[in-house]
Parts: sequence; C-alpha cells; structure tokens
Amino acid sequence: MPLLENGQIKNDTWLVVQDGGAVPAGDVLLPLSRLAEGFARNTEGRVGVVLAPDEAVDGLSDVLDRLEAVQLTLPIFRDGRAFTQARALREHLKFDGIIRVGGHVLPDQYEFLLRCGVTDIVVPEGTDVSVWERAHKAFTVAYQPSVQNEAKEGFALRRRLFS
Amino acid sequence: MPHTSQHILPVGRYAYDAVDKTFLKQRVAQFKDQVERRISGSLTEEEFKPLRLMNGLYLQLHAYMLRVAIPYGIVSASQMRTLALIAQRYDRGYGHFTTRQNIQFNWIKLEDTPDILDLLAEAEMHAIQTSGNCIRNVTADQFAGAAADEVLDPRVYAEILRQWSTLHPEFTFLPRKFKIAISGSPKDRVAARFHDIGLMARMGPHGRPVFEVYVGGGLGRTPIVGTSIQKDLPESDLIAYLEAILRVYNAYGRRDNIYKARIKILVQALGIESFREQVDAEFAAMDRAKYQLPHQIVEEIRARFGQPDFLPADEAAEKLAQQRLADPAFNYWVQTNTHAHKQAGYSSVTISCKPVGGIPGDVTTEQMHVLADLAEKYSFGELRVTHLQNVVLGHVRQDALYAVWQVLEQYDLATANVGFITDIIACPGLDYCALANARSLPIAQKLSERFGSADLQREIGPLRLNISGCINACGHHHAGHIGILGVDKRGEEAFQITLGGASDQDTVSVGQIIGSALSENETVDAVARIIDTYLARRDQGEHFIQTCRRIGTTPFKEAAYATA
Repeated sequence: MPLLENGQIKNDTWLVVQDGGAVPAGDVLLPLSRLAEGFARNTEGRVGVVLAPDEAVDGLSDVLDRLEAVQLTLPIFRDGRAFTQARALREHLKFDGIIRVGGHVLPDQYEFLLRCGVTDIVVPEGTDVSVWERAHKAFTVAYQPSVQNEAKEGFALRRRLFS
Repeated sequence: MPHTSQHILPVGRYAYDAVDKTFLKQRVAQFKDQVERRISGSLTEEEFKPLRLMNGLYLQLHAYMLRVAIPYGIVSASQMRTLALIAQRYDRGYGHFTTRQNIQFNWIKLEDTPDILDLLAEAEMHAIQTSGNCIRNVTADQFAGAAADEVLDPRVYAEILRQWSTLHPEFTFLPRKFKIAISGSPKDRVAARFHDIGLMARMGPHGRPVFEVYVGGGLGRTPIVGTSIQKDLPESDLIAYLEAILRVYNAYGRRDNIYKARIKILVQALGIESFREQVDAEFAAMDRAKYQLPHQIVEEIRARFGQPDFLPADEAAEKLAQQRLADPAFNYWVQTNTHAHKQAGYSSVTISCKPVGGIPGDVTTEQMHVLADLAEKYSFGELRVTHLQNVVLGHVRQDALYAVWQVLEQYDLATANVGFITDIIACPGLDYCALANARSLPIAQKLSERFGSADLQREIGPLRLNISGCINACGHHHAGHIGILGVDKRGEEAFQITLGGASDQDTVSVGQIIGSALSENETVDAVARIIDTYLARRDQGEHFIQTCRRIGTTPFKEAAYATA
C-alpha cells in the first residue's frame, strides 16, 4: 500500500515481515521478537519495528538507537492508543526516526497524528491526497503544546499551526 | 435598582479574540466538509458517526439531537437569544438543559446543522466535544465567582481545561468519554467524586491555588465514588498531571467492552496505589517545562473574563427584608431559590426549570428570551446553567429580587422548589433516547404533581430525586437521595427505586436498589409511602438523607412494598 509522507503519496519501500522464514533484504519492519534477526543481517537495508497497540514503547528503549522506524497501528480508527505510543516515543524516548501508522486511519485524524509525532501514514491504494491535505490545513491554531513544538499564538497555551 | 453593565468583556465568561473566532469558523468549515463526504459516500456512516458526535450531533429515536456546549455552564444574554433563535427556527420552540450544563435540541435535521453551527460560531459558541470518546464539557460550580463560601473562581481553570482539551491531538480517541468537574469552594456543588476527574481547588502558598484531584468516579452501570489521587497539586502542574492521568488511561483503559471502558474500571482493576504509581511515573518522565502552566498564563486567561462591577447596596438588604415580610410567597421563594453571595447586598438566584408537572430542564423560546432579559437587566448579562438542570442569575442586588421574582412568576419560572423533591433531575428517556428502557419524563411529571403542593414540599424539606430511563444513568439516579431507574420488565416499562445516594464530596454515597421494579403508578405510590415513612420517623430538623442514614433503608423498603 502507498505511503503518505509530507503531503505526498509515495511507494512504500518498507516490507512488513509477518511471520516465519528468513528476514529478507531491504528495509524491513519486524515484530519485537524478531528484531535480533534483522540486526544480524549482512545485507543493506534499514530495520524498523512493528509495535502492537498493546505493547508499551518502553520495551524499545534498549534497541531504539538501532531502529530507523517504528510502525504503529490503529486496528480501527476509534482505537487511539497509537497517539499515546507516538508521543511517548518522541517525548520520553527521544526517538527521532520514522513513525508510521497503519491500519484504519481517517484523514480527520491526520493532523492529530502529526502533532503526536507520526511522520508517515500507510494509506489505501487510490487515496485522494487532497482530502488529507485539507484535513492537515483545516486549522491554523491549536490549543495545546505538542511534540512539534509549534510557536505560540498570542497568549495562553495556543500554538500556531500555519503562518 | 436595576442596572446595566457597560463592560467590554463578557462577565463570567472567557471573551474570544480573533484567533478563537477563526478557529470556530474553521471547525464549522471542517464539519461541512465531513457532511459532504458523508453524503458523497466517501465516509461510511460508521466513520462519520464519531465525527458528528464530536460536533454534538446524535441520531436519536425520531430525529437528530444537537447538544450545544455551554462551557462551565456560563452563557451570556445574547448567547441565550441565539439559543432561542435555534429553538424557534430549527427545533420545536424549546430546548433542554442537561446535567453537563449544556443545552440540547431534540428535533434537528442533519442538513441544518452546518447553518446552526454557523449561528453558534457567530455567538462564540459551538458543539465541540459534547459527545464522543473525548474530554467533554468541563463543569463548574453554578455559583462560581459569587458564592459566599467560595475561595477561588474555578471558571478560569475550567476555561484553561476547555482550551487544552479542545481537539487535543492525543486524547480525542479515548477508550470512552471523559468528564471533568471543578469546584472553587470547599462545599462541593459539582459532584466532584462522581467524575472521571474531580478537582477541588483551594488557596495554596504564595497566593496560588492547589488542587485535590479525585479520579475514577462515575455513575452509569457501575457507580463508583472517585478516589483522591493527589491532595496538593500545584497550579503550575495542573495540565501536566492531567496529561499524565489521561495518558495512562488512553494506553491501558479497556477497549474490548464499552461498559468497562471508563477510567473508573481501570482504576478499580489496578487499584488506586498501582494506578497512582503509573501516573506518577508518567508525570516524572514528562517534559514538565513544556506542559507547565505558568501563573502568567492563568492571569492571561483571567484577563479575558469580565468582572461584575458591583454597585453600592447599602439599603438593599433592608428593602428585601421588608418585601419578604409583606409577601409570604416571595419570602418562600427567597428561602429556597437564592444563595448567599460574597458581595454584601447581593444574592444568586436559582431559576427553577421544574414547574409542577413540567418536564425537568425544558425551556421554551419565550422563556429563553425572558432569561436573557433578566440577565441583562439584573445580573450583568450573565446566566449559568446548572448540572441540576436549572438556571442561575449569579449576581442580583437584593433590592431587585422582588422585581425578578415578579417577572419569573409571569413565565412559570418562579417555582419555589430548588433543592426540594420536585427539583427533579431526569434524562430525556424513551421519549427521545435510543438507549432508554423506559420513559423518564412522564414519571417525573407525575411525581412532580404528586408532591407539587408548596406546603408539602417545604414540609418534606431538602431532598434530591433523580430519574434515569436506563442503566446508563444520565439522570444520575445513584446520586439521588431517592433514585428511580427505568428498566425493561418482560417488555413493559418498569422502575426500580434506589435510596441513600448523595453527591457531596464529604458525604458522597451510591444509592442502593431497595427491591424489584414496579410500574409507573406503583412507583409514584411507593415514593409517597417512603416520604410518609420519613415524615413519621425523622428527628427534629433531620433531612431525608440523614434519616435514611440513621435508620437504614429497611423501614423505607417495607413501606415502599407494603400493599395498601
């Protein structure tokens, strides 16, 4: 499936490794239990982890400096655990790599995800990027600080989203 | 003497600036886009539902219902006129005040909602987060900024929390809804311990507030009294600490069962000590500087609130005393429907939206205009919706009370029953709600009529009677001294009675079911026998809840189920 990154639809070069078999070459996203195999590869390619919604990000602290990406999931758009996982990755673990979100994501959640530190969204084929862009630009102000460290907008806790 | 205010800032409420107004316009535009995507089919109904809910739009039994936010219950006279216009143009000439200090309109068309939201935005109002699994309208003491017993005005903090929680990037898809209440008085009038988070503010060192934080309270299917998790939270950590609580909840709250998804279930499952440890760990790990609430910001928000400019009231109390002597009906109303004010010569007035035999919390378009007029003329243009579904004029000079009362009398708004048995809380019930098992409004009306005599109500004294049409408990039946719960008994509407509930912080308790469900008329008779038992058994000066605690529920149960 394609990837939405910085407002552009791109080919997804990452391969999600589900189960069994040798870890392939290239950019791979592995479950926690198979990360060691990924790190042990002799081939080129980046290693990332697929974190389930019920897995705490703290479990990544020992390997985070070797990870290029973390993939989170919204099993259904109502299940917002990934928002907290993303923010904890950025704010507690100071992770500065790629945070991807897959699963059932609505354009209306795009801006929230970005503000929690997510960089890329795995979107369905044929996604109309303009809907996501509209969602991204729907608001010029937010009412609380976020991991993006937006500039203050006047007084109080308000932050400027676009100038 | 009536007076009008010339303030630029609205009294009692945060004044929007250009940035806030732009935000609301953008929100309306976003909702229009979502409605169009729904109509075009690019959003499924399942996907559209949480989006419309976060704009307060429910699909009920017969129509859409729009719930409009009234932050911490404060509404200006001009905003009330906007609500009246919506009631007249888009509903059937009335609105319904809710237990979250909001107002809902029960007969709305989906296609009208963008226009209604436009009208609301013009009046600095919205329906954001009045529903959905997000942080809901923060409620506050209806006598905020006025009560003689208040130590600090909670509305400034309620506004800070309103802003912080608005479209919060992390906490908009929580396991379940999340309700916060705040009191600035040691006398808890907000049911702090029946909230997901209840905040009791008091003055701390250096003239800055500290908060006692209660967590994990709630009603619904599993009524639980909230537990103190933090006794002395400094003002500067208010946002950071609430972020920490919500983060733990968002990560670990149950999502597999809607009835076990509230934070109270998580707190119970972990135990308060373990829950506190997790919150403390989160709090310790946070970038505290980033989430700090400096007192400068508090003052910036406070500066957007208008303050009432009290007039000298040297002879007001004396004039009031004379009027009370001259008119016993007025005197009774003053006894029940006014509240002690911090400013000498002023009182707060509770306008009862519970006329005898009426529907609790319903007001007509005409009554909304009367409320607006009275607020403008006598109370600095400000009104408050209470969680008990009444309306408060916060600051009325005592020599104007008689004039206020006379106007209220003309419009069926002067019932002297605040705090009495007919001051009933009731949810909309099966007349409107898709979840209800039974109609709560007809039984509320019958009970109101049964105990409608002014003398009888006064004789019975303070008594909280709450009615819910189903186990979701929107009518807070567990928090009532007497609670009534609508159930489905083999396909028939029936009602269970609970006794002994109370929502005050110090004496909070969950009402207990006393027996099997009865029909509507049987329930009304059973309540009457419960009241007779109280009148027969009470000690001198003892209120219903006190007698109930002293003698237990057995005598009441026996009376309730005694066959005539």
